[in-house]
Amino acid sequence: MATPLVVSEVAKSFTMHLRDGIRLPVVENVSFSVAAGECAVLGGPSGIGKSSILKMLYGNYSVDTGQVLITHNDVTVDIASADPRSVLTIRRDVVGYVSQFLRTVPRVAAVDVVAEPLLAKGVAHEEARDCAGDLLARLNLPERLWSLPPATFSGGEQQRVNIARGFITDHPLLLLDEPTASLDAANRAVVVDLIRAKKEAGTALLGIFHDQDVREAVADRIIDVSLFSAPKEAA
Amino acid sequence: MSDHPLLRVNAVTKFYGARVGCRDVSFELWPGEVLAVVGESGSGKTTLLNAISTRLLPTSGTVEYRMRDGQFRDLYRMGEAERRFLMRTDWGFVHQNPADGLRMTVSAGANVGERLMAIGDRHYGNIRDTASQWLGRVEIDTDRIDDQPRDFSGGMRQRLQIARNLVTGPRLVFMDEPTGGLDVSVQARLLDLVRGLVNDLGLAAIVVTHDLAVARLLSHRMMVMKDGNVIEHGLTDRVLDDPREPYTQLLVSSILQV
Repeated sequence: MATPLVVSEVAKSFTMHLRDGIRLPVVENVSFSVAAGECAVLGGPSGIGKSSILKMLYGNYSVDTGQVLITHNDVTVDIASADPRSVLTIRRDVVGYVSQFLRTVPRVAAVDVVAEPLLAKGVAHEEARDCAGDLLARLNLPERLWSLPPATFSGGEQQRVNIARGFITDHPLLLLDEPTASLDAANRAVVVDLIRAKKEAGTALLGIFHDQDVREAVADRIIDVSLFSAPKEAA
Repeated sequence: MSDHPLLRVNAVTKFYGARVGCRDVSFELWPGEVLAVVGESGSGKTTLLNAISTRLLPTSGTVEYRMRDGQFRDLYRMGEAERRFLMRTDWGFVHQNPADGLRMTVSAGANVGERLMAIGDRHYGNIRDTASQWLGRVEIDTDRIDDQPRDFSGGMRQRLQIARNLVTGPRLVFMDEPTGGLDVSVQARLLDLVRGLVNDLGLAAIVVTHDLAVARLLSHRMMVMKDGNVIEHGLTDRVLDDPREPYTQLLVSSILQV
């Protein structure tokens, strides 16, 4: 089976035009791959570019040079150069992403926020909502909250909605940006179980986990991001 | 997703005398795709919208639309009658000011029903039923069906305008600042409604807005305009989270955080 994710010689910098065009290098020569059924973890101190790498893989940040090759059903797409339409198709069918924070949409109930990725894939409304409810129950989100928009939820409750939304599909590649950061021990354990189930199902996972217990419980391999640090040049 | 775009815009340019309205704009729009055009006042976004939607003859460039028979037609080479028919049936146009898109002195039901009659519906009972379903869909109480939109609030008028546009099952909808002039709670409701309808009906839409939050919520893809030129174009969250051009960075950094 083809490797679902291959990252090759990727470099990224930010140019801050509002601050005299100062150039902030983030990472360079990022090269690694993630196999199906494996959970690789991006390691290294804060600010080293871990989240930026995940965002590049999701098409959320642009890539200066290099390739991000995502393979699904024998079709390989380079996210770094793909047009917006292809990136959206890949997000719908191949790459899931759990961000650090939930971006809430006014008036949309938590259960519908979670069900949305399934609806986008054409699953019937009722079935999608049932799946969403099952996951929210598993993550111990009280049922009275399901029909409310998550804007007023606590940080931990929002994070669980976010996790449910990311885990509801059977996307073959899942990117996790500190999914357990604001969770208590019981819910962290639930997330660990969810990640293990994904691995058994053959999903390739790439995550950032600052929580050492979680990292040790799920990581097959640590990718040291400090090896990709771009030299900090004088601006 | 279909394998052909719905709309092909090729090098559309509009001059007002010596002044540039918009210059050399090209893009394709696919079925089900929502494109936001953002930029400050005077950047050319409304000029572009009007030039694409046959409301304003461009100085140069072509706009091609894939008709229901699958054939691409150059909109500016069509007869006037055919173009009007297209606008009444397969397209919608949602104006910033609902009074520009509604008939203010006929009933809400007739505002919705008029577009159905334009496509040949003649059965009064059916028209009224469909109109009343659509009022429900845009969250207007059906007992207001015989009231005139001039007795409606701004938010209700805008929702009525949307119902009037969508009742014929269009494939492409143009929206010019659809939430401009509404207060925020009304805006949120309208945005949620539009978002739901666009998803459910698989509409393609071009939304002109100066509000980046509206673009984030509604659109898949985004074009940033300045002085009549498209300066940045890409996936909406990419443009907003990793803006490349100096002007886009300025726009994004000017958003007030609540």
